[in-house]
Amino acid sequence: MFLQVLAQLTEGFYNTLLIFGVTLLVSLPLGLIVAFGSMSKILPIKVITRLFVWIIRGTPLMLQVISVFYLPGLLFYYPMRSRMTAVLVAFIINYAAYFSEIYRGGIESIPRGQYEAGKVLGLTKWQIFYHVILIQVIKRILAPISNEVITLVKDTSLARVIAITEIIMAAEIAVSRYAIVWPLFFTGVFYLLFSGLLTILFDKLEKRFDYIKV
Amino acid sequence: MAFFEIQNFKKNFGTTEVLNDISFRMEKGEVLAIIGASGSGKTTLLRCINFLEKADCGRMFIDGKLLLDAQTTYSESEEQLRQKRLHFGLVFQSFNLFPQYTALQNVMLAPRLIYKSSENEKEIEEQAKRLLARVGLSDKMSNYPHELSGGQQQRVAIARALILNPDVLCFDEPTSALDPELTGEVLKVIKSLKSKDRTMIVVTHEMEFARNIADKVLFMANGMIEEYGTADEVFLFPRSEKTKAFLSKLGDVKGNEE
Ligand SMILES: Nc1ncnc2c1ncn2[C@@H]1O[C@H](COP(=O)(O)OP(=O)(O)OP(=O)(O)O)[C@@H](O)[C@H]1O
Ligand SMILES: [Mg+2]
Repeated sequence: MFLQVLAQLTEGFYNTLLIFGVTLLVSLPLGLIVAFGSMSKILPIKVITRLFVWIIRGTPLMLQVISVFYLPGLLFYYPMRSRMTAVLVAFIINYAAYFSEIYRGGIESIPRGQYEAGKVLGLTKWQIFYHVILIQVIKRILAPISNEVITLVKDTSLARVIAITEIIMAAEIAVSRYAIVWPLFFTGVFYLLFSGLLTILFDKLEKRFDYIKV
Repeated sequence: MAFFEIQNFKKNFGTTEVLNDISFRMEKGEVLAIIGASGSGKTTLLRCINFLEKADCGRMFIDGKLLLDAQTTYSESEEQLRQKRLHFGLVFQSFNLFPQYTALQNVMLAPRLIYKSSENEKEIEEQAKRLLARVGLSDKMSNYPHELSGGQQQRVAIARALILNPDVLCFDEPTSALDPELTGEVLKVIKSLKSKDRTMIVVTHEMEFARNIADKVLFMANGMIEEYGTADEVFLFPRSEKTKAFLSKLGDVKGNEE
């Protein structure tokens, strides 16, 4: 029985990690594109992007997951084949929206003088962004990004609303089926270790930028 | 023929008239000090010269060649404008050093990116070191901006502007953000830059300094040139009432040369 439960938990563990990893991998760069959209000089692009970000940030992720899973089938007769795909799409969109706001805040917080100093030195727009602005932005957004990433660890549990067996659901099944408690502790420890590890990682990363004082 | 010439610069911000028909000429190697009350348009003028702000109208010539005509030039490509900007350098009141780079890296960044070929790398580094030594910072080359005093930061900014060897180097109140005891070192450096082929425009509230360094002095009031002449003419024998009032309010230019 122990091994059986462990196998189930491992599957949950795998799903949780999958959601976490893929979401981060796609939404971190996608968020940057969304951020550029929300700062665009072309008004329609800016308005549409900001409206989109506002809607995503203003509604619960759980609702978004359910919508992505059911709406294509109900509205366009094109049902979602895979539950996991639905979860990933919803998570990626959601996190890209959050990351985009962090990026935008970071970019907008860089003083105008930095751009102007670059300009009068004859640098191109791209050179200014890449060689002057970017690393200052990274330094400024590291802390809010780290918060968001740790939230994502815990948000992965929402996948269960469309019956994806992530780790908590796996634990709950085992607990109710075999009347044992250790899977709950196991799950708790998993979350603690996971977010603890990320905290350490981000601390290390932030230290590497300590030499920049902005 | 004048080396640098500005004709009929005008600039409004909304309904505020900030520059109202500014024209002047400079010879090569000349130092022009621009003085005037707060809000008279000095910074705006320097920003227009450096293409950071678009003049509403006016023209600019370097070496007799038309560089800017406000009616047409601004619609040129980004790249063309960037090339034109390279004729000028600007040292800001607030230094605007890049915090992620050391003093040396700050100075080297622009030439490195502009003349990107690895053969020049060594040359650029040596030139940067020479310039930092020249502004008295040989021992601070590998320090980050936050490890430097304001006066030292401003001297790095000066070296950074010098390395591109602009035709006209502009300073916008280079010492206004500094504690009084640090202004001297920066002013001394700027003074040492004066040479027969370095043309400079210095906006300053330091009248003593202006009088010492400037070949010509331009007094601005309400976006107009209220008075223009040699340092002695403007400081000792001002003709305009506004100039007299401005100078007497400062009241510290009694000619006590160093
Ligand atoms: N971006 C802007 N938008 C609107 N008004 C502006 C802008 N920049 C400057 N002004 C206005 O233009 C006028 C001239 O400003 P400017 O900064 O050129 O003056 P200044 O002579 O440099 O003053 P100071 O000695 O205080 O630096 C001021 O009335 C200012 O409020
Ligand atoms: Mg000013």
